[in-house]
Amino acid sequence: MSFLHYVRAFRGIVWRELLRFLQQRERFFAALVRPLIWLIIFAAGFRAALGISIIPPYETYITYDVYITPGLLAMIQLFNGMQSSLSMVYDREMGSMRVLLTTPLPRWFLLVARLFAGVLVSLFQVYAFLAVAWLCGVELPPWGYLVALPALILTGMMFGALGMLLSSTIKQLENFAGIMNFVIFPMFFASSALYPLWKMREGSLTLYYICFYNPFTWAVELIRFSFYMKMNWEALAVVAGCTVVFLALSVWAYDPSRGIQQRKAAPAAAG
Amino acid sequence: MQKETAKDGGARTPVLSVKDVSYWYGAKQALDDVSFDVYSGKVTALLGPNGAGKTTLFSLITRLFDAPTGRIEIDGRAAADWGFKALGPLGVVFQQPTLDLDLTVKQNLRYFASLRGLKRKEADERMDRALSALNMKERIGERVRSLNGGHRRRVEIARALLHSPKLLLLDEPTIGLDDPTRAAIVRHIHELARTDNIGVLWATHLFDEIEPDDDLVVLSKGRVVARGEAKAVVAETGAKDLGEAFRRLIVGDAEEDVAV
Repeated sequence: MSFLHYVRAFRGIVWRELLRFLQQRERFFAALVRPLIWLIIFAAGFRAALGISIIPPYETYITYDVYITPGLLAMIQLFNGMQSSLSMVYDREMGSMRVLLTTPLPRWFLLVARLFAGVLVSLFQVYAFLAVAWLCGVELPPWGYLVALPALILTGMMFGALGMLLSSTIKQLENFAGIMNFVIFPMFFASSALYPLWKMREGSLTLYYICFYNPFTWAVELIRFSFYMKMNWEALAVVAGCTVVFLALSVWAYDPSRGIQQRKAAPAAAG
Repeated sequence: MQKETAKDGGARTPVLSVKDVSYWYGAKQALDDVSFDVYSGKVTALLGPNGAGKTTLFSLITRLFDAPTGRIEIDGRAAADWGFKALGPLGVVFQQPTLDLDLTVKQNLRYFASLRGLKRKEADERMDRALSALNMKERIGERVRSLNGGHRRRVEIARALLHSPKLLLLDEPTIGLDDPTRAAIVRHIHELARTDNIGVLWATHLFDEIEPDDDLVVLSKGRVVARGEAKAVVAETGAKDLGEAFRRLIVGDAEEDVAV
């Protein structure tokens, strides 16, 4: 297999995902509306109730809507990661996953290409949301929009890899909604997306530790710091580490000789 | 490697060789010491009732999962050693439809062509040829969702042929199709095997899809109960036709699953 084969296959996988995304306009609007409700309604209500002290990376007082914006960006990416995983379960149920998995290329490459395609879709959603948020008065440092891009790619990869791992464990499409709710909402609420960790600590030490060990928290912090052109090395290490672990487990799960796909195929492939 | 003597006296290497392959789903054995060969230019029918192990065998050949015992050779090389590259010479039409319903015929084929590393121009030319041969060229811009079952199957066959495979695997590709469509697909595949020198493994439980000169492997409860040219298998069993031969071969097995 030549290098060009890899390039063409990668381009093909990304192109297919983008085509599917463009055809699912409802998905795009849903991805925008969800965080906008949080930003416009929730943040407006809590702006008066919650005071955010000056904590890194902020150097001055900020409004609550500015504070929760990185969390909402991570939420968009988490939803997109789960959506990609739903799409993988759907592809598996509909059979089109077989076309991908019988391609003469390494399975890790196919999964990474698929993952990257999902990240690209999430970036469209993220920047569309940022544009609307800007129109609503949420202003972040201008260079931050560009500097945060690598961080957004990495966090998108982490959530995509998590979704991919989940997709390998879900047997039926019908089970997906339950799993999504079970993953998305605890991850989002038990994180620093809505409140800073120090504020959590004041309320409950247990909750603080739950938030502290939640990878979503670190994804939010990585995005938050990068928008202010600062590096949170701890967050980078956690997000990069989780991405590698989730991806390795996904590749293992989709491996033809060792993974759980094989065990799951049993009833379907008995013909 | 098992070889067959060709009509011109030379030895032919099988394009697919399955040797002593067994497979279990937990405690249930799905395949028991299955061995057979598929040769270029010939259709090999894998005949068996539902649950005989045909789809399991296809999943092993296509490396959707690995065979724990036995050996599968594709184009003369062991699939287990060759890894994902073993999938290169394969064109596959799965029993379950695998087209993306929301994409057009062209988009589906282009996607597949890119997975196979074909250049855009080359892919478009091959696409035109393959679709023309199946009378589907005028449907190239339509969404797959708007096509009927027969047309979708034709697109899947065209897709499986895009990269000029040496071995075409068809897992009950005519399921759910009307008789004229079925007959047209059967005719086309046989023609293709002859003209393009492709080895075809055709899993089916329908006797009328098998021609007398086809190679035949009869699978029942995961075991090969007969193999050879279809007409020879019929003669050996002393039956008057393939249907009767099959019933004799799988006596006691799931006869009710077999249709004429």
